[in-house]
Amino acid sequence: MSHRNRQLRVSSLARVEGEGALDVVVTDGRVDSARLQIYEPPRFFEAFLRGRAFTEPVDITARICGICPVAYQTSAWNAIEDACGVEVGAPITALRRLLYCGEWVSSHALHVYLLHAPDFLGLPDVVELARHERAIVERGLRLKRAGNAILEAVGGRAIHPVNPRVGGFHRAPPASELARLVDPLRRALDDALETVRWVAGFDIPDARIDQPLLAAHDPDRYAIERGALVTSTGQYFPAAEFLDHVVEHQVPHSSALHARLDGQHYLTGPLARYTLNGGQLSPLARQAAAAAGLGESCRNPYRSVVVRAVEIVYAIEEALRILAAYEPPRPPALPVEPRAGIGHGVSEAPRGLLYHRYQLDAAGTVMDAVIVPPTAQNQAAIEDDLRDVVARNLDLDDAALTGLCERTIRNYDPCISCATHFLDVRVERR
Amino acid sequence: MTRLAVWKFASCDGCQLTLLDCEDELLTLAEQVTIAHFLEASSRVLPGPYDLSLVEGSITTAADADRIRQVRAQSRALVTIGACATAGGIQALRNYADVDEFRSIVYARPEYVAALARSTPVAEHVPVDLELRGCPIDKGQLLEVISALLAGRRPNLPDTSTCTECKRRGLVCVMVAGGRACLGPITHAGCGALCPAVGRGCYGCFGPMAGANVPALAAQLRRLGRPAEQVDRLLATFNVAAFEART
Repeated sequence: MSHRNRQLRVSSLARVEGEGALDVVVTDGRVDSARLQIYEPPRFFEAFLRGRAFTEPVDITARICGICPVAYQTSAWNAIEDACGVEVGAPITALRRLLYCGEWVSSHALHVYLLHAPDFLGLPDVVELARHERAIVERGLRLKRAGNAILEAVGGRAIHPVNPRVGGFHRAPPASELARLVDPLRRALDDALETVRWVAGFDIPDARIDQPLLAAHDPDRYAIERGALVTSTGQYFPAAEFLDHVVEHQVPHSSALHARLDGQHYLTGPLARYTLNGGQLSPLARQAAAAAGLGESCRNPYRSVVVRAVEIVYAIEEALRILAAYEPPRPPALPVEPRAGIGHGVSEAPRGLLYHRYQLDAAGTVMDAVIVPPTAQNQAAIEDDLRDVVARNLDLDDAALTGLCERTIRNYDPCISCATHFLDVRVERR
Repeated sequence: MTRLAVWKFASCDGCQLTLLDCEDELLTLAEQVTIAHFLEASSRVLPGPYDLSLVEGSITTAADADRIRQVRAQSRALVTIGACATAGGIQALRNYADVDEFRSIVYARPEYVAALARSTPVAEHVPVDLELRGCPIDKGQLLEVISALLAGRRPNLPDTSTCTECKRRGLVCVMVAGGRACLGPITHAGCGALCPAVGRGCYGCFGPMAGANVPALAAQLRRLGRPAEQVDRLLATFNVAAFEART
């Protein structure tokens, strides 16, 4: 077998959300190209959002992703309320953060246990893991259920919640209903701490990515449902300036657009959040992180599994904190009157920063929509990592190297369904 | 053992995630069936034939039109899961627009992007044994379909309207008493009347029920003071093509 010229291809990546392929070409012992191909068919959300009412993107954009619908809903209402000049106030913001914590717990538990852990254990899937370690899988499913229970109690449904709206919620759940979440969440906190210990014991390869990091930042707390933007290169700017820093361009092998931050490939997601905002985690989450061997920052993509586990701990604690102080917001939604203008919104989807921008006319009709999902932002950095992994492991046979490439991609929890739809307003034409 | 396969076409992944959201039943299910092809959950792929194929997503590319025929050929029973596979999904809004214009709005170099002019349901391409409605599907209905197949019986799925579920829950009618626009009278049951339970009108995730009288409801909504374009928008979401076929 010649290692000098080879092509590796995985036509359908497994244990990722959505459909993607991997294509690596090596010529004369050098990596020619390493591509995460996104061939999932486009669905044209930005196009059909034009002409819709300003109240509709919350329901419509949820359908971009069944794994992180609350992220889409949140960035949508942040942008639309920004355009309309409305601030919803602390009680509604707290209920929204609780809802989002449910999505973090559910999505992170899905990724840690069902998608990512099998890589560290050399197994094809969680069913195989359950054959050996049923109690561990049951713990992961309990965690996932705890997250979904929050989504159902606050959002009315775990996938594509029906209760949220622009301005707040259709119905404020009574305190007695939400009180039922508390005991299962207390048990879930133990499960989450066990999870951190479990993943910290994985055989985690050495790796490091050096790209700039980007995350939302909230001066008051670990940013989830809102924030300004902070970067590892020392930039700090409001959501309204996102498109001044992030430029997208189209590449032939992908129905997702690639994004650059101030001209550079960059990364959003758990590593960026932990590195940029880790000091704002709760004492318990920080303690769990330290015991798991995480330092002040984390730039090893394999170790993102530990960061996700720590974020589960934090999200459960946050949910319990919000529930302890919960009083139903009155009214459940503030009136939002449309006005002509442009609004920007960001939030931290489990897999990274999600940006929305809407232009409304005076009647509240959407004239233009821009959505920049996390995986589109991460795609170039993922490919840099792939190229590096291949270059450093050319001595491996094709099967082993392909497997390593697939693991590399899964480290980033890519959501390919999300990445496939967005509008490019600033095109780099060459 | 029954061989289960899960396939994805143009969609958000939410309906196949519903299978993984069966947290209490997943491990029991995994003991009763062989998960032979489920890319989102497993890197182990077994060759066909399959006893039950669950198909998520609509057909939007020429390649996918070929692929669904291959899936059908390998599947004893083929069940579509969700509004995309059953009605074309929200991406079927392109069916009423110019897809080239859509493509040029989203992409700088539209020629890189393959897409058919229409987003179509699976049943427009191959015979379908059962259609499971919803955006997303209901977990209980999914388990019912799989259990029924394992037991060799017909699944028990309601074919009435959302109104019947709403009345059964004892909810006050959001349209008659609250004056809100609600698609409950024409929408297929299955969700358990989630939206009226939070005080909002049904927005039709489960698509039209058999015999839905869409024009009569549209006229009623206009009598409630809803402008015609608002009524049109209400019908033009996740099951747009199915509602459109009944107006």
